[in-house]
Amino acid sequence: MTNHWIDLRNADVVMICGSNAVENHPIAARWIQKAKENGAVVLSCDPRYTRTTSFSDHYCKMRSGTDIAFVSGMINYALQNDRINKEYVRHYTNATFIINPEFEFNDGLFAGYDSQTDPPSYDKSKWRYELDSDGVPKRDMSLEHPRCVYQLMKRHYARYDADTVCNITGSPKSVYEKICDVYTSTWAPDRVATWMYAMGTTQHTHGTQNIRTYVILQLLLGNVGVAGGGINALRGESNVQGSTDMALLFHILPGYLKTPKIGQETLAAHNEASTPSTNDPLSANWWGNYPKYMASLLKAFWGNHATEANDFAFNYLGKISGNLSHISLFESMYQGNIKGLFCFGQNPAVGGPNCRKELAAIEKLDWLVAVDIFESDTSVFWKRPGVDPSKIQTEVFLLPAAASMEKEGSVVNSGRWAQWRYKAAEPPGQALTDAGVVTKLVQAVRAAYEADSGQFPDPILHLDWNYNVDEHGEPDIHMVAKEINGQFTRDCEVNGKPFRKGDQVPSFAYLQADGSTTSGNWLYCNAYTGPNKEDNKMARRGKEDAVNQIGLYPNWSWCWPVNRRIIYNRASVDLYGNPWNPKHWVIRWNPALKDGAGGWEGDVPDGGWPPMLTPDGSANESTKRPFIMRPEGVACVFSTSLNDGPFPEHYEPLESPLRNPMSSRQYNPAIKVWEPDQIGDPSEYPIVATTYRVSEHWQAGNMTRNTPWLVELMPDVFVEMSPALARAKGVNHGDWVRVITKRGTLEARAFVTNRFEPFFIGGKYVHQIGIPWHWGFNGLATGDSANMLTPHVGDANTMIPEYKAFLCQVEKGRRQEVQV
Amino acid sequence: MDLSRRSFLAASGAAGTGALLGFLGLDLQPSVAYAADAQPTRGRIYTTICPYCGVGCGATVEVDEQTGKVLHIEGDADHPINEGALCSKGASLFQIHDDPAQRRLRTVKHRKPGASDWEELSWDQAMQMIAARFKQTRDETWVGQRNGQSVNHTTGIACLGGAALDTEECYLLAKAMRAMGLVWIEHQARI
Repeated sequence: MTNHWIDLRNADVVMICGSNAVENHPIAARWIQKAKENGAVVLSCDPRYTRTTSFSDHYCKMRSGTDIAFVSGMINYALQNDRINKEYVRHYTNATFIINPEFEFNDGLFAGYDSQTDPPSYDKSKWRYELDSDGVPKRDMSLEHPRCVYQLMKRHYARYDADTVCNITGSPKSVYEKICDVYTSTWAPDRVATWMYAMGTTQHTHGTQNIRTYVILQLLLGNVGVAGGGINALRGESNVQGSTDMALLFHILPGYLKTPKIGQETLAAHNEASTPSTNDPLSANWWGNYPKYMASLLKAFWGNHATEANDFAFNYLGKISGNLSHISLFESMYQGNIKGLFCFGQNPAVGGPNCRKELAAIEKLDWLVAVDIFESDTSVFWKRPGVDPSKIQTEVFLLPAAASMEKEGSVVNSGRWAQWRYKAAEPPGQALTDAGVVTKLVQAVRAAYEADSGQFPDPILHLDWNYNVDEHGEPDIHMVAKEINGQFTRDCEVNGKPFRKGDQVPSFAYLQADGSTTSGNWLYCNAYTGPNKEDNKMARRGKEDAVNQIGLYPNWSWCWPVNRRIIYNRASVDLYGNPWNPKHWVIRWNPALKDGAGGWEGDVPDGGWPPMLTPDGSANESTKRPFIMRPEGVACVFSTSLNDGPFPEHYEPLESPLRNPMSSRQYNPAIKVWEPDQIGDPSEYPIVATTYRVSEHWQAGNMTRNTPWLVELMPDVFVEMSPALARAKGVNHGDWVRVITKRGTLEARAFVTNRFEPFFIGGKYVHQIGIPWHWGFNGLATGDSANMLTPHVGDANTMIPEYKAFLCQVEKGRRQEVQV
Repeated sequence: MDLSRRSFLAASGAAGTGALLGFLGLDLQPSVAYAADAQPTRGRIYTTICPYCGVGCGATVEVDEQTGKVLHIEGDADHPINEGALCSKGASLFQIHDDPAQRRLRTVKHRKPGASDWEELSWDQAMQMIAARFKQTRDETWVGQRNGQSVNHTTGIACLGGAALDTEECYLLAKAMRAMGLVWIEHQARI
């Protein structure tokens, strides 16, 4: 989230689209309720009438996979009705930038498309900014130039009038226009809307572009960086934010640094390729500090073995090319290339797309090491219904782990709050924390490589693992947290302040590229700034709110970066540093502070530079533009770097019952289609299917389906369908049904409700069903996994699977044979 | 009594729970009197954060100091986000530890190739075997160079997980796996 949970109460309009927050982030409802008590209007846009909808003032139904059309129409509505915060757009976004004349868009494709690469791709140089003689993007502050982003955007979104949109989404037009009216009313500086979204947005082949439409709309309305606004991804796991920050993903290193690519032979080459640059003196270009963070990370990993002389052990890191994400990983495993798998608290047998294929892939492993608190479906794949264990040669280790209340450490919520928690009790039996398990693994692997050097043992033998491991094998987690923050490796002086070797680094502004600092993750540099437990900011429990009284709670735990609670907050003020919305101000410039030099008060400012204009209206030379993580210094209405285009464009999901009316490109032209002859055809599979969650269960169910109280509340998987579809299939509520896709057949009880209604589009009825995906074959509560049905296909940028919109057929009756 | 949804919500919004229940005709006085005398806690309180969704609600774990037994887990009333409330998942946390159905893993399990059930190992045995399998696979699938360019990774080992691990644990896992030469590193954030 750019903002945070409590901040929802500051919104005038709350949009929940791509999320069922009241169901799956139930305590968020507390803050939506407070917003309502303060007069907010709540909007729910969803294929189905959900628990969130029952909390809302207006509901607009929309077919799964049509977010881009839906929100593009809202963008068009804002542009046509001039509901634009023009000053915000001019100064804080790239809407003024001129795009080079090679850029064009025709029939669903942007300039530079190459259908021959695998996957098809764009030559993004065709989308570049036009630069002036200093190499700075040219701007037209009047927003009139025909090739300025604002005009290109107007032309692009003029195609999304309300009739066109509703013919794609299946939304009732009068309701849709009401949503547009209410939402765009927040263009005014003293009104703000927040956008709450989750997997309903992201789990599509155009998921990234879904988010981009929300971003464009929010920027046009001036709703980013302000209280009650923002782009708010509701993360689904207690620490998926922390695990993402720590980069348990192929393409990044902790702190969103980049995994080195093959061809980057030196640290300098890597830094050169990874560090953005700008010629604009007003752009802070904070990622320009990349080399400092990379060197500090390498020092945290390899300590004294990482020196200037050996490029800080840069070559100890494996280098990559291509896409190694989840779907690719399982495709490679299915081909027999991956022999061994570690699985720490993850359950792909239930959670992975096309889980039957993923299980077949797991069968080909030589060995699997699963670490978990309950026996997961994945860990017993070798004795699942329908298989003969004697034919599966995978050796499996299942290691018992400690649960959350049985260990000390931090977890990061969706609002970036890193909250410390304590060990209340011992884990059962011989269970260890995951930290203990990883420690034992490192020790055992190191011993094996000490005994026999094998292939390139140096990164293992030289790894720093100095955590005062106790007699049970548990590392001192405070030492780990302090390493993540970072330390000085020698006595030195930074920014005029002296530091001793071993001192904690106060913040990432002090990290260096010369080996004098370590930091396991630069974003967390500021979380643990002294040697003692009292210096652990993540453990704070201060209840005072900040001077602006907008619910920041700056002394409750600690958030990144540097405890800034609302990011991009220098866009919450006008060019003089006065809040757009004085009622809920985030920061404001106070010229009396610092002996008359002036300073910011309120939240931690997103860069301490002074406002863009001095009080007499002249440009302030020491200012910086507010979006400091972008090389442009401003937010991007137009993106020059995404794989599928600078502007979001509606394409249908890979499997869809309808032709795309916007262009002849049926689905996202930049995605990798792994099995082109396995796409479900509407003639065989005419019904739209989606997967979703219920409040009582969580993710792949390994914890909740082993908790008796929750099993009692919600024991069984179901297929939710409208009464119209049930009648058409001869199905009554509670009857067994089969749901069939190209990937498999699921059996479950029919749950017939009014919450789904057929969509009437293009003169025909399109039915949609939904299945909660928490169930698997192992646990106290068992049932078919909805992911037996979902495809191995993902977003063009992230490859997050398209779980939310695919095609199926529904038939009455049970499956006749066991399906492996 | 005539109670519409609107009047119920208006009453619950305007007044606290006690007044609402009074509005519904319930008398709380005997309960209030009982609660005033009851001991609020019997043990030591530890604060924790719920391991489920990304809201990050606070919970308190009450532990008997003599036995170390967890007595109760409930919402942390001091936490500014949830203010003592928990959803059904958070409210059931007690059973994750108390484990009435004996589902928690307590021992190290091993399944031989082709076997139809688990056997138990000690930690030392298991780690030695895992390290041996790991080393063999890493060495067999190691790519040092390709076309004259340094690669330095194993193509044959992957690591999945884990979004419910503590941040410090995620860091250790990322550090260990990168140092051991893995590049197939993924977890729930991707899916």
